Amino acid sequence: MLFKASIQVMPIKGLLDPQGKAVNASLHNIGLSGINNVRIGKEITMEVEAADEAAAKAQIEEACSKLLHNAVMEEYSYELKEA
Amino acid sequence: MKFGVVVFPGSNCDQDMHDALKHDLGQEVEMLWHKDQDLSSFTTDDCIVLPGGFSFGDYLRCGAMARFSPIMQSVIEFANKGGKVLGVCNGFQVLCEAQLLPGALLANDHQKFICKNVFLKPESRSSLITNKLDTTQAYKIPIAHGEGRFYTDDETMKNLVANDQILFTYCNEKGTADGDINPNGSIQNIAGITNKAKNVFGMMPHPERATNDVLGNIDGRKFFEGIINN
Repeated sequence: MLFKASIQVMPIKGLLDPQGKAVNASLHNIGLSGINNVRIGKEITMEVEAADEAAAKAQIEEACSKLLHNAVMEEYSYELKEA
Repeated sequence: MKFGVVVFPGSNCDQDMHDALKHDLGQEVEMLWHKDQDLSSFTTDDCIVLPGGFSFGDYLRCGAMARFSPIMQSVIEFANKGGKVLGVCNGFQVLCEAQLLPGALLANDHQKFICKNVFLKPESRSSLITNKLDTTQAYKIPIAHGEGRFYTDDETMKNLVANDQILFTYCNEKGTADGDINPNGSIQNIAGITNKAKNVFGMMPHPERATNDVLGNIDGRKFFEGIINN
């Protein structure tokens, strides 16, 4: 079965995110003063070939824990759909 | 002893490291391509160096993909046997990603790439790399990085202090940490650390850029001399 996954990797809560801070300041500069706590992470999309949903999840978990995120500084979540 | 300098795609301080070790410090140096895996000619008296640069374009996270280059499995085994491993700048990032060193290196707090001379204070002399240094002196060493903000959680930080694993901190030219001396926002002004066994060293500053009179600074020599003479 073919699945499509969308993985979100975000800086862990409480950790200074200089990129988010700079973008937050720029949003205020263009007059959007109601926007705060901007945090920037990344979205990674992929196709996963697996026997079933559980097997697809196992592959994504392994990909996230070994390479796609670093637990010292990031946390991840993902959505999985049948393609 | 001899040194092995690993070359990843995107390394750009590998030749500087080679020249500093070979010509300025008179050492035998072997260049190692990241796809090599054979470290059988190296003994635990030797030192493998992961140089600075932008391995794999800094894609995903700095050092994240270099950590899975074929040679890294051999480097991890070499380090676990007690072999010496030094990572400078991007090399430090690779060592953290490989979990040979604790913590991670995050984007500088001001979101700028910085390239300038800084001063370093050795925090202890209990590691090879610091045992030729004077803890009352400040050493002038260049930095050049965008992601050098060393970070760990509180528990890891406690262990680093308890095990005497902090190698250097940023300071002013007098060796004190007054005012705005931290160039990147690293936790406790940390510029370099070692592992618990004290055979793996990681530092953001570049000692290989300060080993020759022609460069106007030879403060970097003593960092290597500690590794060479032990």
